[in-house]
Amino acid sequence: MSLTILSALFGHWRRNPLQLFTLLAGLALATALWSGVQAINAEARASYDAASATLGDAQFDRLVRRDGQPIEQDTYIDLRRAGWLVSPVIEGRMNGARLVGLDPLAAPAGITPIAPENGQDLQDFMAGGGQIIAAPDVQIADAMTDPNIAPGTAFADIGLVQTLLDRRGELDALIILPDQPIIQTPVTQIAPQLSVQVAQDGSEIGRLTDSFHLNLTAFGLLSFAVGIFIVHGAIGLAFEQRRGTVRTLRALGAPLRLLMALIGIELLVLAIIAGAIGVGLGYVIAGLLLPDVAATLRGLYGADVTGTLQLRPIWWVSGMAIAVGGTAIAGAQALWSLSRTPLLSGAHARAQSVMTGRGAWVSVIVGVALLMIACILAFVADGVVSGFALLGALLVGAALLLPFVLRVLLQLAEGRAKGVVAAWFWADTRQQLPGLSLALMALLLAMAANVGVSTMVSSFRLTFVEFLDQRLAPELYVTTDTAAQAGLFEAYVTPKADAVLPIVLTDVTIQGRATELFGARDHATYRDNWGFLAAADDAWDAVHEGRAILINEQLARGADIGIGDSVQVGANAYDVVGIYGDYGNPIGQAIMGEVSFATQFPDANALRFGVRIAPDQVGDLRQALETELAIRPDAMINQAAIKAYSLAIFDRTFTVTTALNILTLAVAGFAILMSLLTLTSMRVPQLAPVWAMGLTRGALGRLELVRTVMLAVLTGLLALPLGLALAWVLLAVVNVAAFGWRLPMYVFPWDYAALGGFAVLAAMGAALWPAVRLARTPPADLLKVFANER
Amino acid sequence: MNVKLLCALIWFPFAVAAQGFAGLGTSVEDFAVPRPGKVFDFPTDDGPHPDYRIEWWYLTANLRADDGTDYGLQWTLFRTALSPDKGEGWDSPQLWMGHAAVTTPDAHFVTERLARGGIGQAGVIADPFAAWIDDWAFEGLDADARLRATGPDFAYDMALSATGPRVFHGDAGYSVKSAQGQASYYFSQPFFDVTGTLKLPDGEVAVTGSAWLDREWSSQPLAADQTGWDWFSLSFDDGAKLMGFQLRGAQTYTQATLIMPDGETTAFPNGAFNAEPLEVTAAAGRQVPTTWQMTLPDIDLEATVTAINPQSWMDTSVPYWEGPVRITGSHTGRGYLEMTGYD
Repeated sequence: MSLTILSALFGHWRRNPLQLFTLLAGLALATALWSGVQAINAEARASYDAASATLGDAQFDRLVRRDGQPIEQDTYIDLRRAGWLVSPVIEGRMNGARLVGLDPLAAPAGITPIAPENGQDLQDFMAGGGQIIAAPDVQIADAMTDPNIAPGTAFADIGLVQTLLDRRGELDALIILPDQPIIQTPVTQIAPQLSVQVAQDGSEIGRLTDSFHLNLTAFGLLSFAVGIFIVHGAIGLAFEQRRGTVRTLRALGAPLRLLMALIGIELLVLAIIAGAIGVGLGYVIAGLLLPDVAATLRGLYGADVTGTLQLRPIWWVSGMAIAVGGTAIAGAQALWSLSRTPLLSGAHARAQSVMTGRGAWVSVIVGVALLMIACILAFVADGVVSGFALLGALLVGAALLLPFVLRVLLQLAEGRAKGVVAAWFWADTRQQLPGLSLALMALLLAMAANVGVSTMVSSFRLTFVEFLDQRLAPELYVTTDTAAQAGLFEAYVTPKADAVLPIVLTDVTIQGRATELFGARDHATYRDNWGFLAAADDAWDAVHEGRAILINEQLARGADIGIGDSVQVGANAYDVVGIYGDYGNPIGQAIMGEVSFATQFPDANALRFGVRIAPDQVGDLRQALETELAIRPDAMINQAAIKAYSLAIFDRTFTVTTALNILTLAVAGFAILMSLLTLTSMRVPQLAPVWAMGLTRGALGRLELVRTVMLAVLTGLLALPLGLALAWVLLAVVNVAAFGWRLPMYVFPWDYAALGGFAVLAAMGAALWPAVRLARTPPADLLKVFANER
Repeated sequence: MNVKLLCALIWFPFAVAAQGFAGLGTSVEDFAVPRPGKVFDFPTDDGPHPDYRIEWWYLTANLRADDGTDYGLQWTLFRTALSPDKGEGWDSPQLWMGHAAVTTPDAHFVTERLARGGIGQAGVIADPFAAWIDDWAFEGLDADARLRATGPDFAYDMALSATGPRVFHGDAGYSVKSAQGQASYYFSQPFFDVTGTLKLPDGEVAVTGSAWLDREWSSQPLAADQTGWDWFSLSFDDGAKLMGFQLRGAQTYTQATLIMPDGETTAFPNGAFNAEPLEVTAAAGRQVPTTWQMTLPDIDLEATVTAINPQSWMDTSVPYWEGPVRITGSHTGRGYLEMTGYD
């Protein structure tokens, strides 16, 4: 009997291949969206980790020669024998790849590529066996590949690399290990030609990658929510469509339990097929978008990020989990409602509308409860987890309430309707709402996600630009190696430039928090450019008079310091007169007047300087500094270059989020299409009387189109506040929890209008085909309604 | 990846095969093998023997401060060869590992260094004697020897002076380690006087005492079934000394050497020396015996050996327990205990 029932169930799909397609496509698209975002996220993180682990550029300080020449191997041995735990590195190019040589015995943990569990053997690596371990994209014969290595990079033992590059006895850098012995001879005594290159971690740019990942994670969550609604919708509709088949089977004596079990199995099979397609599709999406992500991270890390995708098992797992799990949740609900439907009342869609009418109230109650939870969380959320819980409660709550709100709006409209066609239009729309509501929820979430994420990114960009202008006012930055060189530099540059601003800092503790304290020169650069989140009047005057300090937001939040509070710094107490945004910095920062700083910390010398000079003279000054003072070119950075570079990174981020935005909308549009296609065939009995009363099929089709667009517009209007709330949560709750700083929120009405336009287009695109089909319904089909032949 | 695992794998490439402690039980292949009847040649034999797979210069010292506090000190340099080939520079198959430790009654400071041979970062020269890895050094073996090491939280600098001859264990320096005949060359210099300064987190401590240097090399010192050893170097208050070890395996295998104050030695065969755990301490998550009852009926020895600090765990690439001990019973004195294979 099971086989017979299965074949009957399957017969439904054979007769309606379009419905089977919509079900599979809906599931597959939801899975694709989810797994695509996950794939990008995972790949970006993997690349990012590999890049930052490569040579520990970001983790460890290094010794390099001031003149940029190779370090003699003997110098390395001298340093080791003087108690310096340093690890040698040599780098070169081979077959277009970056070939890095290191000594795995001396290298700090985590940067050696050898993984015995992958069959790589340290003994072979070291013992002159010629083993090279390379990223998969590197073309070196006989190299072992390892996906965890940063792209374009190959590792080998330092001795082998010296031989391959024909550079015996030479090294390029010495990594300084974190734990040094307590007795050492100063480096200056052993190797005065070397200088320390400070690790880049904790730098502003470095920290911003975290924000980038948070951005992607948020998108992952949103796409998950959208995906779940689409899956739910697809399954719900599949049940709706087969109501007749189920009724017939039951009437013929198929036991309900068996029927439900078989439907469950069938759903599982469909979910697995659709999930597999979806993961593949997600892979394609990720593959298309990844070059942009890679470019972003390449900008951040300078050429070490893969643009190619690897199929990681975790995507399969998470993608299939979404497909199967989503189907299970949706299927369980549908099966439950099926089991409660009276045997003989299952024939018409109308029956389900009534059922869901009861369920609708449950949705409203749950939705209101979730929104209340979100309200409470908005005040108390203080961590990333509670931040994301807030996001979840907000989104799901709003989505559940959507049908109710729409129904109320439609009822209002119906009350004001003039004329019989208009009254019928509103009432019929309201009647259709249960069938369309899941698709509309998906649209709501997709639009809200768009508004929220684009607001976050755009706010971030604006803030970042402002921040760059504030921080990077000097046209040229110069780092000197010694106090003596710094003195020469200041004397040399002061007459040539508009101003020289020493960047002098020392580490202090303010209210128990590690803080970088800067001494600022009294100059218009700071007064004109420095923006405050909060400040007392004449803040800079108070700072330069030596009685006050400025602190960054991290310190203010962390130590709960406000304007007007007095804090102890070193020997003296200072009033806090200003709090400034400090995006990307993980630790506290404070600014004190230069004079008062020099009195308290006479030993701190400025080695870095900002130079104010007409932008067209920067090139000449660099040249002069290089020839006259022997300052290394890489110790001088043009402000314009930093700004352009940083902004380029941000715009790359934009590309990715924009692409994902459009994709999400497209999927939501598809959900509407599926729902409408399903509804069209079921609505014939409802439309036939209207047609019989004189409304042409063409007019019915046009009204269908208008209806969909109108619902999309209404949903879009509701999505706007939801999206803004979402952006607020991301900026003011999640960001603060994750990084300790709050981003100001800006609104972008034109962007939202454009988005609304897109949504209407998507809805129209989705409604067009069903409307045309409706307009072309053979009159015979409509007449059958009255002939009792259905 | 886990750097500890990495180091262990380099150091004892066969450790994973669990053959004996830290791979010492793996077979010899192309390396030289100890044979009985070797005529030792000094100072040459103070230097390295690269034909053999493993070798160590192992110094432990029992020290005391003016206030009577006992301290233990360890300075060890291990050599291991990846192959018997003679490579130059970075191609040298020789690897070096240094362990340094200071034990106080309530703290144990340990640090480790690893180095490649062939580039000058670590090595041993026989004459004038110098053994070094990075900034750690052991220079001279006679009246004015010097020993120093530094770590992230401690350092020491010791002056050593030898007051007696080298002594040879087993059959004139041929020390058998199992019933199947695995053996090593093994001699000691147990007669160093020491003075110096320990630099500890709480400040500097001036100390004096005595030190014991073990020299041992082989290519396969343990049988495949031997999983670890308990090794004792004891200095009795009457001036005599005793080296005793038991190798734990399918059958326990023991050896001992009695060293008289003038350097005269008596070697005892398997089974004469016996050590039984009396008390076990949890150290670094392992159960390690830190009080022992030992007997050697031939010399009427029936004594208890107690760890000064039971937590003397060496958290190094190849972890083991090593620390100073106190002797009570038929004989009294101080000494050192090393225990391996308690994983």
